[in-house]
Amino acid sequence: MEQVLRQAWAFVFRDYHLTRRYMSWVVVFTFYAIVNSATIALIGVAAHDRKLTLTLLVGVLLWGFLSVLFNEIANSITYERWEGTLEYTFMAPVSRLIHLLGVSLFAVAYSIMRIFIVLAGLWLMIDLNLKGANLAGIAVVLAVSSLAFIGLGLIAAILPVISPERGAEATNIFQGILLLVSGVYYPVEVLPRWLQPLALISPATYALTACRKLMGIEGATINADQLNGAPLAAVMPELTLLLIMGVVMIPLGLFIFGRVERWAKRTGKLKRTG
Amino acid sequence: MTNLGISVHQLQKYFHKRKGFLRTRSSVVHALKDVSFEVALGETYGLLGPNGSGKSTLIRVLSTLLVPDGGEVRLLGYRLPGEEHLIRQKIGRVSVDAAFYKKLSARENLLYSALLYGLEARAAERRALEILEQLGLEGERFTDPLEEMSRGMQQKVAITRAILINPPLLLLDEPTTGLDPKSRRDVQTFLEDLRQKEGTTILLTSHDMAETERLCARIGFLAHGRLIAEGTAQELKQQAGAESLDDAFIKLAGEALEDETNGAAQKINSETVEHSADANDTATTDETEVTNEAAA
Repeated sequence: MEQVLRQAWAFVFRDYHLTRRYMSWVVVFTFYAIVNSATIALIGVAAHDRKLTLTLLVGVLLWGFLSVLFNEIANSITYERWEGTLEYTFMAPVSRLIHLLGVSLFAVAYSIMRIFIVLAGLWLMIDLNLKGANLAGIAVVLAVSSLAFIGLGLIAAILPVISPERGAEATNIFQGILLLVSGVYYPVEVLPRWLQPLALISPATYALTACRKLMGIEGATINADQLNGAPLAAVMPELTLLLIMGVVMIPLGLFIFGRVERWAKRTGKLKRTG
Repeated sequence: MTNLGISVHQLQKYFHKRKGFLRTRSSVVHALKDVSFEVALGETYGLLGPNGSGKSTLIRVLSTLLVPDGGEVRLLGYRLPGEEHLIRQKIGRVSVDAAFYKKLSARENLLYSALLYGLEARAAERRALEILEQLGLEGERFTDPLEEMSRGMQQKVAITRAILINPPLLLLDEPTTGLDPKSRRDVQTFLEDLRQKEGTTILLTSHDMAETERLCARIGFLAHGRLIAEGTAQELKQQAGAESLDDAFIKLAGEALEDETNGAAQKINSETVEHSADANDTATTDETEVTNEAAA
């Protein structure tokens, strides 16, 4: 057990030190995330529409959290291919479950820390009166939806194994489609009818709906002074679906990853790229 | 031969390469063809061959990074493929290019590797410093990023990474290529000590005749994916009627080893079997990859 914990910790250790070494880029990306979030939320402020402001705010913050989580996991293989270390990771006596769990652990911690920094930055620019919102409930939704996004990240992580460059490109397209169909900034109903079914299979759709209910901004109007966040029980359908997605997608991602790894070892695809 | 560290019997490995504008045709590049050899426990065995002869492919198969297409492989008695999880705990590998996180320090890279193998961090750090000292790398460079180190220093860190887990089997793919004479001698002396003190079984690929002759009890000549001869350095020279190992290789293989002074790669004439791609033959390798594989 101790050995397994050390192996999982190895990835947290590595990713922490890599983040530290690229700190100037982390600062730049976080600054951009704050500015990007503020410019989107300020659209609602300009319209003097508190509900729109909070709807956009939930969208930008939740998407910021989930997309960073997804990216860190999906691109972990790409980074290893660039550095040329993938062969050494794959010849170490570490199960793929522990490998990807370790990568996911750091990704979750990094995403949480980043979202708090973005939130603090937004506080300086926008009047964020969240009184009455069910923030504890939102934390639960974030935790449960993280499982589904970890699963998605694991599935996307196979793409750079198949083709390093094309895989990274496909990961971005996949992420773009999630952003388009999940109702991050607008109701899913405004999408073309042929696109709307995709919203049903995106975990972000359910995470956003649940968070907006818990914020108390899902109804037609909201109280100007105090939000009326729904209790956690009111988002049980969304939570259940998110949980099912996580429970299905994590083992599915690991299974597919294992098959692709085997294929790569048969065809000689693991070598350094870049 | 009993007590085998490595047993390879009729090993085969080939790669598919798609061709043509629509990439509908494919060819097969045979990287290893019926390769058979054995290495006793505690023995250092050398593989000599020009670029593209299949040395790196062989090391990758033994490192569990490539699945063989035929033949039998046993490492320390464990079967490959099939018992990779047991083999991985017992092998260290050094490749010709020191693959590291270049922004991380030697310490961070080595501790990451040690943790991957389940080692305790503080003990691993002490051991890493000991090994680096034996290899002639100053302790104060331990916390320097790898990108600030010379190739020789990076290669010493790579060797430390492989030794850190105390492996009974060490796979070394041209570990001294590109090193200065002092660094080369440091590494060679270290490997001799390691074999004598720890009884480590070592498979070493190289272009360097003097190094191979110094370190290896027996040597195999690999050309075009085939093991064309093996024996002690003396036996190989006698077999070819040559004065030196270099001449022996040329006589037996019909070509020279790589000239390291200009780095010119030998043109290989891998056997290529043309055939049409069909639905059952979807495994492909892009052109660059095949070229790299051939040149490795």
